Amino acid sequence: MRQILTVANKEFHDGLRNRWLISITLIFALLSLGLTYFGAAASGAVGVASLSTTVASLASLAVFLIPLIALLLSYDSFVGEQESGTLLLLLTYPLSKSQLLLGKFIGQGSIIALATLLGFGSSAILLYFQLGDIQILTSFSVFIFSAILLGLSFTAISYLISLSVSEKSKAAGFALITWFLFALAFDLALLALLVGVENGISQAGLTQLMMLNPADIFRLVNLSGLDSSDVNGALAVAINASLSQAQLFTALFAWVALPLTIAIFIFKRKTL
Amino acid sequence: MTTPLVSLTNAGKSYPELDALKSVTMHLNQGEVMGLFGHNGAGKTTMMKLILGVISPSRGKVEVMGMAPDSKEAWHCRSKVGYLPENVSFYEQLTGLEVLTYFAKLKGFARGNAKKHAIALLEQVGITHAMKRQVKTYSKGMRQRLGLAQAFIGEPKLLLLDEPTVGLDPMATRDFYKTVDQLKSNGSSVILCSHVLPGVEQHIDRAMILSTGELLAMGTLAELRQQAALPVAIKPFGLNGSVANDSKLNGFLTATCPNTLLVPEQEKIQVLKQLLSHEGLDDLQVETANLEQVYQHFLSLHENKHEPSVQKKGAQG
Repeated sequence: MRQILTVANKEFHDGLRNRWLISITLIFALLSLGLTYFGAAASGAVGVASLSTTVASLASLAVFLIPLIALLLSYDSFVGEQESGTLLLLLTYPLSKSQLLLGKFIGQGSIIALATLLGFGSSAILLYFQLGDIQILTSFSVFIFSAILLGLSFTAISYLISLSVSEKSKAAGFALITWFLFALAFDLALLALLVGVENGISQAGLTQLMMLNPADIFRLVNLSGLDSSDVNGALAVAINASLSQAQLFTALFAWVALPLTIAIFIFKRKTL
Repeated sequence: MTTPLVSLTNAGKSYPELDALKSVTMHLNQGEVMGLFGHNGAGKTTMMKLILGVISPSRGKVEVMGMAPDSKEAWHCRSKVGYLPENVSFYEQLTGLEVLTYFAKLKGFARGNAKKHAIALLEQVGITHAMKRQVKTYSKGMRQRLGLAQAFIGEPKLLLLDEPTVGLDPMATRDFYKTVDQLKSNGSSVILCSHVLPGVEQHIDRAMILSTGELLAMGTLAELRQQAALPVAIKPFGLNGSVANDSKLNGFLTATCPNTLLVPEQEKIQVLKQLLSHEGLDDLQVETANLEQVYQHFLSLHENKHEPSVQKKGAQG
């Protein structure tokens, strides 16, 4: 455990030193404050929009940003150290591969989690003081918690990439493709399936398909509680057949644990 | 010490594409310094990785401190092993002190002690003045010193150093060998992996010569010299060609070096006496074969062994 914490501590400080924490926090804070105050601009009014509109807009932006940031932060964690030779050196130390991986995960995961908490939490608190509605805090805690899980999930996925390739540039390429597939292409494909194939897929089937993408689970978690008037597209259909919040969180959690386990497995089999 | 610290018994490592190490048997005792020589791709690094337990042998047995280094039981022994990889660039954005403290912590030092130990090591390799600077500002020699300091963490019982003197200036190289001698007198064993370098001879007890995964020769320098049976080069001055007329001496002259006599070890004294009997002799230079020549000898022997088969193939084709 001590070894895991040593590695985690180092990775966390790297995140601080490289200004990752501060820049992610700032991005999230500006984004959520802007959306909160100017989210109603589209309907012609300046001022605080309704809570459901705010969370809906935040969720649809976060679903693109968080995976991208997580992939950027961690795509080179293993292949980078492999290229510089420190990975081989670390493995001669009294440090097991799973300890190293978990340490990195805790360290980099903390950066993402802390940035999400600070960035979105600050605007939640501001909003709460403005409106005084306790509903804001509960909605935002669900949003923040699911956003953290989404970030952790893509951190674990980027470890899979980082451990499977032998060059940093390749890892970057794969990270970009992964982001494109999960954040954009998957939904387009689902939509095409819905529109193009008549009676091709049931509502329940669609929801099950969405479990294959952590980004969609994140969307479901945050939008299922809202008025469906703020939600459209494939999601609206899925929401009608919605799973319980607990089930969705379980699925999201599985998307953290599963890639992490597979990453450890790949790492153990990897020869240097 | 009856049990050797490191022992390889017919150990080898094969990858799908190549036999990185064919079959090597060697023992390293406590307090012994072994030089491991060979070209790039000779299997030096593979052998080090086997001893470090980073890879498992495809055949044979590897034992370090009485245990298989890739096993779980050998876990706690790892903090007693120091390793300097051939190509390593440490975390560029950290300072030298931070890098070393991190590695010391991973070797089991508690937080406060890790830093103290790191500073002491940086002092030992002579880069305390730069310890608060980021590694990316370091010169090649300073990086190498940092790597060495890393290998010395925790007073290791066994040190594996891959090309330790690359990039070091003569002063630093001398300091490095002094440290090796010191570690040796403290009972540590060292495996020095290198291309043959001048100055390494007096610091190693035994040498191993590897080529394309095969062990060509192993032994003390004297043993290797004897095996190689390389001639002693004697260069007389002031004789002005009278050597060529001396029937006892002119047999040792060769066309390539007309002023130097190449004499087998056992005839050395006789030839010297004969030379001294010449009136005009001003000076004499006697050179026994150095490590580099011994190394070249074994390599060329190895190549010649393989060449005939190539020629045969050529003749058939």
